[in-house]
Amino acid sequence: MISLSFGKFGKKSYISETRVADFVKYLEEGKIMATRCNKCGKLYFPPRADCPDDLSTDMTWQELSGKCKLLTYTTAHFAPTGFEDDVPYTIALARCEEGTAVYALLSKDINENEIHIGMDLQLRPLQLPNGKITYELRKV
Amino acid sequence: MSVAIVGVGQTAFSRNCGMSIRELCFEAFKEALIDINLSPKEIDASIICSAPEYDKQRSPAGLISEYLGLNPMPTFYAESICSSSTTGVKVAYSFIKSGLHDIVAVIGFQKMSEISSAEVQERMGRGADVQWESPFGTMMPAGYAMYARAHMQKYGTTEEQLAKVKVKSGKYSLLNPLAMYRRAVTLEECLKARVIASPLKMFDCCANADGASCVIMASKEKAKKITDIPVWVAGVGAASDTLSTTGRTNLTGLDCAVNAGKQAYKMARIEAKDVDVAEVHDCFTIAEIMAYENLGFCKPGEGGKLIEESQTYIGGKIPVNVDGGLLSKGHPIGATGGSQIRTIVAQLQGRAGKTQVGDAEVGLVHNIGGIGLYGNVVILRR
Repeated sequence: MISLSFGKFGKKSYISETRVADFVKYLEEGKIMATRCNKCGKLYFPPRADCPDDLSTDMTWQELSGKCKLLTYTTAHFAPTGFEDDVPYTIALARCEEGTAVYALLSKDINENEIHIGMDLQLRPLQLPNGKITYELRKV
Repeated sequence: MSVAIVGVGQTAFSRNCGMSIRELCFEAFKEALIDINLSPKEIDASIICSAPEYDKQRSPAGLISEYLGLNPMPTFYAESICSSSTTGVKVAYSFIKSGLHDIVAVIGFQKMSEISSAEVQERMGRGADVQWESPFGTMMPAGYAMYARAHMQKYGTTEEQLAKVKVKSGKYSLLNPLAMYRRAVTLEECLKARVIASPLKMFDCCANADGASCVIMASKEKAKKITDIPVWVAGVGAASDTLSTTGRTNLTGLDCAVNAGKQAYKMARIEAKDVDVAEVHDCFTIAEIMAYENLGFCKPGEGGKLIEESQTYIGGKIPVNVDGGLLSKGHPIGATGGSQIRTIVAQLQGRAGKTQVGDAEVGLVHNIGGIGLYGNVVILRR
């Protein structure tokens, strides 16, 4: 099923159509979903519609707990078009307890001096203005 | 060895160069050909290299091959962002080795000032996975900054050590008339500079530039007729990694560089310790430190110590980026790899002037596209 709803994802979205557009629907329900290949069992986040390991498109949605640990981060003081008003903001890479990785912003309420690699974080949906939606990493 | 580099050329790297892309390419091409007294009509094929998002011209290979007088011979376009021209070198190597072509010109260029800074800023945001990572407002310095942060955490690498890479670059920039920034920089200046993406500050980052480079490659038979000082392509390695940050498992080194390096060393039948002089892709200071480690110039985690001990200066264990590197030369994306090749060719021909590294016999070029997305390693010997 092709859906245009992926255009709602993120502060600025660059694409509208994807076979994993239901991700946004789940996000609006408060769930962060990965996909699992029914053939080999591999879990994908960000979700994929296709598994390259066995050329399968037979995938199942699976909710992530959102429990993560910080792998690395940077605080950006310059931004690409569309993000200029948000600087400084902290971009993070975290490891989910299910083993997949997540790339997201750290919640603005975390002070820069509190941030440390290995800290526990919680991945949560975040409603943005103009009907847009994303996810962010929050303090536990 | 059956494939040689016989000629090299490069424009000055600058901003607002006053030339169009065809003229930039002509200048680099002319330097390469005049030096070896070769006519464009003797060139069998050309490979034109750039990152197309900065070009106004669609399909630039057509334009450039016409302006350089290379019709009706075939022309090809190669793109792997910042490593486009070493990708061109690898393709040219295959053409010659297979016997398809005898003399191939690899021309890399970029005119980054062609588009407005707003347009540059817009393109910056699309360098990551546009579906899952660009919507968070990422850009190149942020990507390398995340590697820097992880490297500091795991190995204790310091901001001072990062800055020392730029101090070395500044020192050698004074000896490179084609570099965009020709000035020495102090450690204090580096450490006090404004933050771009923590922990990377202004002097940890290279700058956009306009420029072109040219590498003329030939079969053994042709090379010996063209020049008395051919430089042989001993090894070419290339590898890729995930575009997504989430797909990466190693956050303290670039696996594409490790893999490309292993291939090139194996093909050249040498080890890291046999390299006399190297050009590495120092788009950011952390990138040079990771390159030392990924190429085996030191053990993983000891890159900071290697610069701290000045082992990558001329006279040290392994001189690196003695032309100032991207940090001082500027980084006209598609032209950068060819410029690195030109520096190593000059070293192996004993024509590097004040930056000559002794009696260098073996040189290495490490050229990376994106944030460790594409890795090319070329080993040359005289």
